[in-house]
Amino acid sequence: MKKAPQDQVPPAATAGGAAAVGPARPGRRPRRERDGLNPPSWLAIGFLLPALLLLGFLVLYPIVYSVIRSFFDASGDHFAGLDNYTGVFQGHENLLAVRNTAIWVVVAPSVVTIIGLLFAVLTERIRWSTVFKMVVFMPMAISFLASGIIFRLVYEQDPDKGVANAALVAVHDMFGGGAGYPGAGPRSGADQPLRAQADGAVLTTGSFGPGQSALLPLLKIKPEYLPKKAVPAARPPAAAPGQVTGAVWFDFTKGGGGTPGAPNAGEVGLPGITVQALRGTKVVATATTKDDGTFVMKKVPAGSYTLRLPKDSFTASYGGAEWLGSTLITPAIIGAYLWVWAGFAMVLIAAGLAAIPRDALEAARVDGATEWQVFRRVTIPLLAPVLVVVLVTLTINVLKVFDLVFIIGGGDPNASVLALQMWTEAFGGGDNEGAGSAIAVLLFLLVMPAMLFNIRRLRQERK
Amino acid sequence: MSTEQTAAAPADGAAPANGAAGAPRRSVATRVIGRIGGGVAQALLALIALVWLVPTFGLLIASLRSNADNSAGGWWQVFTKPSQITFDSYAALLDKPDFVDSFWNTALITVPSTILVVVIASLAAYAFAWMEFPGRDWLFLLVVALLVVPVQVALLPVSTLYGKIKFGGFHMYGSITGVVLFHVAFGLPFAIFLLRNFFAAIPRDLLEAARMDGGSEWTIFRRVIFPLGGPAIASLGIFQFLWVWNDLLVAMVFADPGAQPMTKWLQSQMRQFTGNIDILAPGAFLSLIIPLVVFFAFQRYFVQGVLAGSVK
Repeated sequence: MKKAPQDQVPPAATAGGAAAVGPARPGRRPRRERDGLNPPSWLAIGFLLPALLLLGFLVLYPIVYSVIRSFFDASGDHFAGLDNYTGVFQGHENLLAVRNTAIWVVVAPSVVTIIGLLFAVLTERIRWSTVFKMVVFMPMAISFLASGIIFRLVYEQDPDKGVANAALVAVHDMFGGGAGYPGAGPRSGADQPLRAQADGAVLTTGSFGPGQSALLPLLKIKPEYLPKKAVPAARPPAAAPGQVTGAVWFDFTKGGGGTPGAPNAGEVGLPGITVQALRGTKVVATATTKDDGTFVMKKVPAGSYTLRLPKDSFTASYGGAEWLGSTLITPAIIGAYLWVWAGFAMVLIAAGLAAIPRDALEAARVDGATEWQVFRRVTIPLLAPVLVVVLVTLTINVLKVFDLVFIIGGGDPNASVLALQMWTEAFGGGDNEGAGSAIAVLLFLLVMPAMLFNIRRLRQERK
Repeated sequence: MSTEQTAAAPADGAAPANGAAGAPRRSVATRVIGRIGGGVAQALLALIALVWLVPTFGLLIASLRSNADNSAGGWWQVFTKPSQITFDSYAALLDKPDFVDSFWNTALITVPSTILVVVIASLAAYAFAWMEFPGRDWLFLLVVALLVVPVQVALLPVSTLYGKIKFGGFHMYGSITGVVLFHVAFGLPFAIFLLRNFFAAIPRDLLEAARMDGGSEWTIFRRVIFPLGGPAIASLGIFQFLWVWNDLLVAMVFADPGAQPMTKWLQSQMRQFTGNIDILAPGAFLSLIIPLVVFFAFQRYFVQGVLAGSVK
C-alpha cells in the first residue's frame, strides 16, 4: 500500500479523487461521490459486530435490567414500586452514605481542580517542571487498593508510626506545645510545697515574690512519659530582682536515698512544664521549664504570688488527629483521593495553559495589569473550558469512587458512599438485589448530566 | 509598545519554555518580582514534591522491615537504624502459592483484556470513521453516552447472566473469561471514542488511494489504519492495561478464589491490617511496581491518552 499524493492519482480515478481535496471530515461527505468507493453497509456492521455484541450484552442490557430490577423487592418476586429508592434515604447507614457522597461531590472535584490549577501555574515558573509533573502524576498509575494501603499507613493513629500524625505533632511541638506528664502529681500529705487541685492543676501551698526561688517536686511519673531531652535536675538559679526562679523535677531517686523536696543527684528535671504566677485567679507571669527543669519568671511585679502548674501539663501530650475516626475519615479519604488525582488535573490544566496565546497575556501586562489581574481576568476565562472538562471528569469519577473508601474506611459506615453502599447491599452481606439495583440506577442518573455534557461537546466539535 | 519595552532584555531561562517563540519582553520590575516569586515557587514545589513522594516511599520502607519493627515505630526509624532493612517479607510472600497464583491471574486477566479492547475497538472505530452506514452518527453518540456509565449498574445483571452460562465443567461466573469480557465491554466506549477521533484525522488521500488500488477494507484496516494509529493505540493499550491491572471491584464480584487477581487477594488479607503489614506492604508494592514501570516507560502515551480522553 503506497502513499499516493493528489497529483499522482490516475486519471481514471478522478471522479472519486475530486472529493479528496475537501477537508478530512468523514461526517460530512456528499454521498453520491462516494458510491463507487465506499464499502457496503453490511461490511461496516461486520467491523462493528464484536463491539456491539459486548456493549449490548454487558452494558446496555444490564442498564435495562437494573432499572426494572430496582422496582422489585429483595427476592425479586414482588413489585415494590419506589420503595427501593425511598429506602436509599432511610436508615442511619444509608443516610451516612448519601451525606458522604454529597460531601465528596461538592468538595473533591473542586479541591482537586484548584490544587491542579495551582500546580500547573507554579510549574510554569520552574526549570524542573517535568520532574515535578512526573512525581505528582505518578499516583495515577497506582491502584486505589495500593493507594489505600499506603494511606492506611500514613494515617496510623500513633504519631510514632503514622507519618501524618508524626508531622502534625512535630509542627505542634515546634509552636510551643507543652510536654505532658499524665498522672504526675505532688507528694501527698500536709506540709508539702505543692498541692493538687480538683480541676487537675497543681498549686504551691506557699507564696513567692520577686527575688525568691521555688522548689516544685513532682512524683508518679511513668518512665514512658519522661522526655528523652530531660537532663539531671538542677537547683534553681539565683533570682535577680523582679524575677521568680524555680525548679520542677522528678523527686525520685532510683534505688532510694536522696532528700525529698530537694533536687538530688540521679533525679531528672521535667522540661516543658508551664509555670504561672497567680494573684487571685489572674495570671501575672508565666515561664516554661528548661531541660533541667529550672525556670526563670521575668518582670514579676512586686507582691506575693501562688505558683500554678496548669492541668495541661498533666494530661497526655498532643497525639495528632484521629484521621480514621468518625469525623475526619471522609476528609482523610478525600485527601488520599487528592493525592491520586491532582496530577490528572494538573496535566490537563497545564496543557490548557500552554495553549493560551502569550500575546493575550502580554497585552494585558502592557496595559498595566498586575500578575494577579492577568491571572484572574485573562488566564482563568481563557482556561474555563478546560476547567469545566476537568471538573466534569472528576465529578463522574468521584461518584464511582469505591476502592479507596472500601480500603481506607475498612467497612466503617461513617466513611461509606453510594458506590460502596451498592456493593454492600447487593454483594457484601446485604443480599438485597432490589436495593442494590436502586442505588446503581441512582448513580447512573447522577452521571446523566455528564453524559449529556459529553454528547453536546461532541456535537459542537463536529460542527 | 514603548521604547523601554524594547530596551528590556528578553526573559531569562526562568521563563516558561513555551514563551520562547514569542520572546516575551518584561519590565525590570516584573523580572525582579518574577525572580523572587520564582524562588518561593521553587521551595514550595520542592516541598509539595516531597509530600507526594513520602507516602509511597513509606510503603516501600515498611515493606522492607519486619513486623516487629513496624509495630514498634514508623518507617523513618531506618534513617537511624539501617540494619532494620530486610527482604524477609518479600521472600515469605513469594513463598505463598496463593499470592503467586493471584499474580499470574492478574496477568492472565490484564493481557487478554488489553489486546481484545485494542482489536475490537480499532475495528469499530475504523467503521465509525471511514465507512458509511445508516444510523452511524446515532450509534456513535450512543457509544459516547456509554462513556460514563458506572460499572455498578452492570454488576448484578451480569452476575445473573454469567450464572446462566455454563457448559461442561465451565462456569462463566467466577472465571477469568468472565472478568476479561466484563473489562473489555466497559473499556470499549472509551477505546472506540479515542480511536475514532484519531482515525478520523488520518488524511483522506491515503484511504482513497488504498481503496482505489483495490485494497479490501480488511487489508486497509490492517495495513494502513492500524499502523498509522500507533500512538493512539499505545495510549489506549496503556490505559486499559492500568485500568484492568488496578481493578478491585470487578474482580471482587466476578472472580472466584481460583481466578482472583492480586488486588482481590490483598484485599482479603486486610481483615488484620496491623498484623498483616508484612504481607500487605510488600504485596501492595509488588502490585504497583509493574504499573509504575509501564507508566515511566510510556509516560508520553499515557499523558496523551489523558489529554485525548478525559471524561471516563
